[in-house]
Amino acid sequence: MSDLDTTWDVIVAGGGNAGLCAAIEAAEAGCKVLILDVAPEFYRGGNSRHTRNFRCMHKGPLSVLTDTYGEEEYYKDLILVTKGKTDEDLARMTIVMSEGCLPWMEAHGVRFQPSLSGTLSLSRTNAFFLGGGKALVNAYYNTAEDLGVAVAYETEVIHVDVEEGRFTGLEIMRGGVQQRLEAKALVLASGGFQANIEWLADAWGPAARNFLIRGTPYNRGRVLRDMLDQGADSVGDPTQCHAVAIDGRAAKFDDGIVTRLDCVPFSIVVNKNGERFYDEGEDVWPKRYAIWGRLVAAQPEQVGFAIIDSKAVRDFMPSVFPPETADTLEGLADKMGIPANALRETVDAFNAACRPGVFKGGDLDGLSTEGLTPPKTNWARPITDPPFYGYSLRPGVTFTYLGLKVDRTARVSAGGARLENVWAAGEIMAGSILGEGYLAGFGMTIGTVFGRIAGQEAAAHVA
Amino acid sequence: MSLDMTPTEPQGAIAEARRQAEICNACRYCEGFCDVFPAMFRERAFSDGDITQLANLCHNCRGCFYSCQYTPPHDFALNIPAVLADVRAESWERHAWPGGFAELFQRQGVAIAGALVVGIAAIFLFMRAAGGGAGEGFYAFLSHAAMVAIFAPAFLFPFLVLTFGIRGYWAEVGGSPVRWSHFAEAGRRTANMTNLSGGQGQGCNFEKGDRYSQARRHAHQATMWGFLLCFASTSSATVLHYVFDMPAPYGLFSLPKLLGVPGGILLTLGSFGLVALKLKADPALGATARWGGEMAFVLLLGFTGLSGLMLYAATGTTAVGWLLALHLGAVLTLFLLTPYSKMAHGAYRFAALVRDAQVRS
Repeated sequence: MSDLDTTWDVIVAGGGNAGLCAAIEAAEAGCKVLILDVAPEFYRGGNSRHTRNFRCMHKGPLSVLTDTYGEEEYYKDLILVTKGKTDEDLARMTIVMSEGCLPWMEAHGVRFQPSLSGTLSLSRTNAFFLGGGKALVNAYYNTAEDLGVAVAYETEVIHVDVEEGRFTGLEIMRGGVQQRLEAKALVLASGGFQANIEWLADAWGPAARNFLIRGTPYNRGRVLRDMLDQGADSVGDPTQCHAVAIDGRAAKFDDGIVTRLDCVPFSIVVNKNGERFYDEGEDVWPKRYAIWGRLVAAQPEQVGFAIIDSKAVRDFMPSVFPPETADTLEGLADKMGIPANALRETVDAFNAACRPGVFKGGDLDGLSTEGLTPPKTNWARPITDPPFYGYSLRPGVTFTYLGLKVDRTARVSAGGARLENVWAAGEIMAGSILGEGYLAGFGMTIGTVFGRIAGQEAAAHVA
Repeated sequence: MSLDMTPTEPQGAIAEARRQAEICNACRYCEGFCDVFPAMFRERAFSDGDITQLANLCHNCRGCFYSCQYTPPHDFALNIPAVLADVRAESWERHAWPGGFAELFQRQGVAIAGALVVGIAAIFLFMRAAGGGAGEGFYAFLSHAAMVAIFAPAFLFPFLVLTFGIRGYWAEVGGSPVRWSHFAEAGRRTANMTNLSGGQGQGCNFEKGDRYSQARRHAHQATMWGFLLCFASTSSATVLHYVFDMPAPYGLFSLPKLLGVPGGILLTLGSFGLVALKLKADPALGATARWGGEMAFVLLLGFTGLSGLMLYAATGTTAVGWLLALHLGAVLTLFLLTPYSKMAHGAYRFAALVRDAQVRS
């Protein structure tokens, strides 16, 4: 037996940012709304719990945002990271609507703070949540509760019944009991599949089993797979995920922001054979961290080791776990499980290739190696001053790109025809706009814009 | 401080707080709530003194806990409000003399209740032994000379203990000579309870879980200003007595009454308000082992205010005698327990705010 009513105006599958925005919009339009979240209450909110900001267009200073950030510049930033893999119409609509979303967010309980220490480069483009994404999630749940939205935690959608282009009901699993729910409209906001290791391994190859998942273990893609199996139109590269290099000691799931490592540009990075494999100093870290997940993923056993000496230890944000430390390179190699003679050879060759010059941690300083392959083109200083420090690196998956194709009204389609009463918002459809790469804070923008549209459209359908 | 600082041996709350602060330092999402996080993020490694200073800056608003991705059941198991509450209370115990008293009264509500009974009994005994006689009003029950004989040492002794405690604290956190501007900044933050504002004036997360509320900030303001007004009332009476030769009793439109009556009302309402809020809040986010001592202390504060008001209301009746004993007993107990109870937090918190102003300037 279940405590849930079986008929609703709108059911929202997934209780993260996008789902909450949809639920709030639909409830404000007078609908009887139910949110289903597979996670227990503590882990509610999906990956929104781990987020920290919202990328927002603005024509003048807006809330905590300084200066201006116009549509063209925003769109150019998006083109840069996606290498053009976007839908221009949807992307521009998202960008333009983001400006109206920020006051809406504030009106629904979200609080912003000036950009965090160490993130000044984002103060113009990204509005940071006071307390981070979990505070945003809490605020939205409180707002939803005040609007009478019902929430069922630990409740998994196992099948969406779609008949002749129309959603007719949901099969859910709750407390070990399967049950059918019906609603006039359905909003799918249940995220990607990045926590589904089997699916990742199918898509990427067996190396994916060594990847760490930065976010919630609950984004297993069950709804996405169910919809794709029923012929829903998809978008995004099914084999790709967004991965960054994170601290190799992080837990398999859910360690979030704190396991990022900012030491790479000031280090040399070797693989488990003690060999370098890429230019660590190619660009400033905010522009390069995203490629290192992929670089490390291509190394044996999907692991890398960043090595620095005592000169560099204060040049980056503190790490959550202390680095391995030794007074000699050989000692450090032993502690980290790298062949000591190989590391010694790599470091000696690197040191010999370093050239005199002025080190400037904050800028491209042109302090490059000479005659070394691969080169290190900035911040190359000999690694000579004990103690030596080492961090292990592993690929940390943030999200997957495969998703449901939607139109400007967030409507899901199958075989090119719009489903009558199914909408999608958030990570489950983000591949429509973000075909490759990532732009900080843009996931929350997509989720908020499409969550609101989906909620409004679903409510209009119900009315 | 240096990164290769040899870790001190495990020492309970401080070591646990250091573990948690190092995780916070890699996240920083909570930077906007209060003064604790900006102070934390100035460091890369934390000495014991750093942790003690952070703990005394923390006002237990709990905003960080409810916003945190890493609270239990996450493996990082962060609970910054609780661990800092433990470190904070331990620091007051460490700097109190004799330390055993602080451990007893901070942890055992029963001990505070017992102290109150002893305090009231002592006043009764004094009344019986010394008597009143010649004076008017209260002095008919306990002479002015007897009151001074009791309360001058009962004020000075805790004051001295607390002063030495703060000196010890200042040395522990590495404080340097203080300028007026540091006092002024700390005073401003105290007067506004800035650290219970949630960073944006929305209040803190206390009795309503992850919803913000102003209730605790308001109740604390009432308690603090109420106490200070009562203290000012007594001080003004002392000045009137000795400087202007105007002994008690005073009429309603005298300085002691104009300060004392609103002060007593604020103190009473504020304290019982704090009691009600404390009953609703999650005890796991505070100093769990000291919940009883804290609760008894707030009740003692409220009782002190209430008994004072009742005493004033009973002016001219036969109840004045025993109400005076209750009130003076409560005041006596409150004063004597100051270095050994939650009351000490006022002094240490202010010192922490002065130190923070110093570091920021």
